[in-house]
Amino acid sequence: MNMSRLLRKLKPGKGAVIAVPYFWLLLFFLVPFFIVLKISFAEQDLAIPPFTSLLQVEDGVLQSLTLYFGNFHFIFTDGLYAATYLSSLKVAFFTTVMCLLLGYPIAYAIARADPARRNVLLMLVMLPFWTSFLLRVYAWMGLLNETGLINNFLMSIGLISEPLHLFHNDFSLYLVMVYAYLPFMILPLFSHLVKMDMRLLEAAADLGAGPIKAFLTITLPLSKNGIIAGSMMVFIPAVGEFVIPELVGGTDTLMIGKVLWNEFFDNNNWPMASAVAIIMVLMLIVPIALLHRYETRELEGKGNA
Amino acid sequence: MHNKLSPFLKGVLVVGFLFLYIPIVSLIVYSFNESKLVTVWGGFSTKWYASLFNNEQIMSAVKLSIEIALASALAAVALGTIAGFVLARFKRFPGSTLFAGMMTAPMVMPEVITGLSMLLLFISMQQLVGVPTERGFFTIWVGHTTLCMAYVAVVVRSRLLEIDQSLEDAAMDLGARPLKIFFVITLPLVSQAIASGFLLSMTLSLDDLVTTAFLSGPGSTTLPQVIFSKVRLGLNPEINALASITVLVVGVVVLLANYLMLNAQRNRDKAIAAAMRESGAHS
Repeated sequence: MNMSRLLRKLKPGKGAVIAVPYFWLLLFFLVPFFIVLKISFAEQDLAIPPFTSLLQVEDGVLQSLTLYFGNFHFIFTDGLYAATYLSSLKVAFFTTVMCLLLGYPIAYAIARADPARRNVLLMLVMLPFWTSFLLRVYAWMGLLNETGLINNFLMSIGLISEPLHLFHNDFSLYLVMVYAYLPFMILPLFSHLVKMDMRLLEAAADLGAGPIKAFLTITLPLSKNGIIAGSMMVFIPAVGEFVIPELVGGTDTLMIGKVLWNEFFDNNNWPMASAVAIIMVLMLIVPIALLHRYETRELEGKGNA
Repeated sequence: MHNKLSPFLKGVLVVGFLFLYIPIVSLIVYSFNESKLVTVWGGFSTKWYASLFNNEQIMSAVKLSIEIALASALAAVALGTIAGFVLARFKRFPGSTLFAGMMTAPMVMPEVITGLSMLLLFISMQQLVGVPTERGFFTIWVGHTTLCMAYVAVVVRSRLLEIDQSLEDAAMDLGARPLKIFFVITLPLVSQAIASGFLLSMTLSLDDLVTTAFLSGPGSTTLPQVIFSKVRLGLNPEINALASITVLVVGVVVLLANYLMLNAQRNRDKAIAAAMRESGAHS
């Protein structure tokens, strides 16, 4: 169907229904990115707001346009920014892999459980997700501390005599990242696995395939869309995570979300924070498009699960 | 096949749930610790609950957070329901790809990016048109609404794709106007999804730290901001007490909502079965 016929098909009422949420998202979600892009080409300034204006307008006439490339130049030439982007991608990647390795068996077990019990199990997965994210991160501070529950326990049973250093390092960072993001992995995986036709596995067993072979050749390929959707749900926000590295990560943990926060709140360098954000968005466009494709496919029932 | 989980899968579930729940249980246990050191047991006490309720900074932040959460959840439900309906029923229209993309992205976009970009929007708006005059309730409300409406839209959309469109088609054939069909047929069918969307929006708004930090101004400090500024300095027994209350409230609300929804589902199934029997007896 071509565009003009489609437009004619849209009755005015229908257009108005679409327009309300559409306009909201355009104004409050899409347009802001272009403003961030604009300000990433400004220079920090001692003014309110603290950046230079790109356009010089006098009497309604554009006098000049000044683009400042210094922020991007600095990001690309200063090795610390590159190292931080790489480190964020690395942390997000390994968090995703660990969530997948831990979440897949859990989602699988829930999907294969007795239907009557399945709802209860699913709710038990969801319940921590409903309680505060911030408080769940805080909970680990009490567990991993030098005098925390884990060290107390290990020392009381005599396994160790000195407290282990579990806190403010990569170990605590990954542990809490996996903990916080696990439900985002389990839910999409579950919704794919639960729809799977069990007769396929029975047929495979009848034809002589062992459970491992049946899993590798049937279950795993059929849950591919769930794996991709779940992985992207974890990976994308993990790249820009701020709270977890700030509260439980090491002082030398490089995370780009922390850098953006510090540029904005501590250095008051809004243009630099904008440039950092723009490069992060560019890095995340492909993962977001992937998530969008697989999510839509699943909802519209075109998935092969 | 269905009813028996292998010992391996049972083990997986036990380990998984221990991992998810041990931190939460430990929070609650230590909230009753007399000692200010939180993780060094000094005897049972409820004094941190008393001191929590006497902490004016926390209590006023709780009040502000609840107000923002209610206002955001209401707006998110209104906008998200329409958006979910548009995505599920209109499917293709000019700009539909962009629309669907703008619904997915806010859910996963790192919050430091959405927070910063919305703040810069408000600053630009202030320069161009003079509003909003300051950062505070309004700017936070817009931020939370945008974040939450995406979740509501997803829940409503998947429910709409699940249910049979023939009821709406039948009403249309009988001459009902689209708006009437939406309010009389569609809306009641997705009421559960809307209710879950509302609850989800409330919790997301009550919990949001990063977007809020960018959008709040002096005098509008929300609960997560107070919690964050306290736990940054280390363990704090009042925060443990606050966490226990949060877990209790969330647990009760989620269990209750789940129970009510299952009940409603059962009653509906019964009513449908009864109607089927009746129409069978008549024919």
